[in-house]
Amino acid sequence: MRHIETVFSGFGGQGILFAGQLLSYAGIAAGLYVTWIPSYGPEMRGGTANCTVILSEEEIGAPVVRHPTAAVVMNSPSFLKYRSLVKPEGLLFVNTSLIDIKDEEEDARMILIPASDLATELGNIRMANMVMLGAFVERTGIVALDAVKEQLAEHLSERQQKWLEPNYVALERGAALIETQV
Amino acid sequence: MTKQLLKGNIAFAEAALRYGLEAYFGYPITPQSEALEHLSGRMIEEGRVFLQAESEVAAINMVYGAACAGVRTMTSTSGPGYSLMAEGLSYIVGSEVPVVVVNMMRGGPGLGNIQPSQADYFFMTKSAGHGDFHPIVLAPASVQEIIDMMGLAFTLAETYRTLVIVAGDGCIGQMMESAELPPMAATRQSRPEWAITGARGRDRNIITSLYLGPENLERLNHRLQAKLARIQANEIRYQEMQVDDADLLLVAYGTAGRICTSVLREARKQGLRVGLLRPQTLWPFPEERLAELSQQVRSMLVVEMSAGQMLEDVQRVVQGRVPIRFHGRMGGIIPMVDEILDDVTSLVQTAAA
Repeated sequence: MRHIETVFSGFGGQGILFAGQLLSYAGIAAGLYVTWIPSYGPEMRGGTANCTVILSEEEIGAPVVRHPTAAVVMNSPSFLKYRSLVKPEGLLFVNTSLIDIKDEEEDARMILIPASDLATELGNIRMANMVMLGAFVERTGIVALDAVKEQLAEHLSERQQKWLEPNYVALERGAALIETQV
Repeated sequence: MTKQLLKGNIAFAEAALRYGLEAYFGYPITPQSEALEHLSGRMIEEGRVFLQAESEVAAINMVYGAACAGVRTMTSTSGPGYSLMAEGLSYIVGSEVPVVVVNMMRGGPGLGNIQPSQADYFFMTKSAGHGDFHPIVLAPASVQEIIDMMGLAFTLAETYRTLVIVAGDGCIGQMMESAELPPMAATRQSRPEWAITGARGRDRNIITSLYLGPENLERLNHRLQAKLARIQANEIRYQEMQVDDADLLLVAYGTAGRICTSVLREARKQGLRVGLLRPQTLWPFPEERLAELSQQVRSMLVVEMSAGQMLEDVQRVVQGRVPIRFHGRMGGIIPMVDEILDDVTSLVQTAAA
């Protein structure tokens, strides 16, 4: 059964909530049940932000989980928090551009992606979320990368449409990293 | 219509509009402010009335006024704003005009915080204002259910000429979920005969909650009590899951209720015979059904995001027939499946011993 309970976490401004929404839109397009819930405390840009996204073939009960099956962590505080929470057989997507991992800290769940550096290389550090999402989708297979692209075209605001192509490239770059790792 | 990803606050606001909401008055408060933001644009687009009042006290009295004029009207708020509205809510019930209020409960008391809570249960079901009355209180557990309940809320408010509260919480308001909106319905074409519409060519209508003579006021109260009895007889709603062979019955509503569907699934995987009763109306409370179930299960676990408020209704109905345990979180904390499951396991073992 297709089912995933995942957390996207990072600084406010890193596009965490949007990455989670994009996955949610793609999930609905794939006919899955979807819940997306943000941490909606008084966090502003620069503070921590996270959202929990659940995609499932069956109706979703609890929209929050203590031990997610996957997490995308974009900054150190998020890494420290979710390293201990993600299930042992789960996946932890780590933005190594902003998170220093010592060798002894690494474990089998971790997928290391220098997302912020790659995004900068591609023209805008703010696309780091798409690099991560590309890797996430490729690794988990929960939805197709093309489905995410379709939803991106639909939900990127008019003002941001000029960033559509570069964001496609960012998604593909993330996905390609997984292909080479396997 | 197809399923969309919808945030609870925007979903209930848009649903209300599509169910023929004609006038909205409100004052922003987290965690439901997106509803005002959404309606501030959409109501004007549709040629309806949207007004941001100077306070919740003003907002509820504007709603009261619009309801007296026979207009389909509502407001939405959260804890502190709801407290400010209490006087107006009592006037609305005393005057027998139809009004819908959404309360997206947040952590309290006082200013508390903006996280999800269910600590306004007593306030809504038992003492929503001064005087002898209960509003109808609906408890949605998902974005789809709050959409559907907006239509139900208007129907009930107008059928019984009373106050209907839709009791959500910050989780329902802030969550995005796959859901489907209703098609756009036309706004009503005529005003009810009791409404204040100008008395040209007819006797004047008087809408008031002031009855200085005690005999007259007692007569009003008898009428209100008879109405409440009709509501209790006809409008109880609840959802059940796997109660037929259940040893342990979970009783929970709203967000706690949907979390308990996950608890139930996990418990069943472990071979524990667990069922769920999820009240969709908090008032009227599903008393008869709960009493029946208390004859067939061995124990109950009530789960709430409060210190235990619905718990008192469960205890009142069950009357000690089976042991009742309570699992509650306060302060805006959402209980997790595993912590509830721990209680389920220990309760089943205790009951079996």
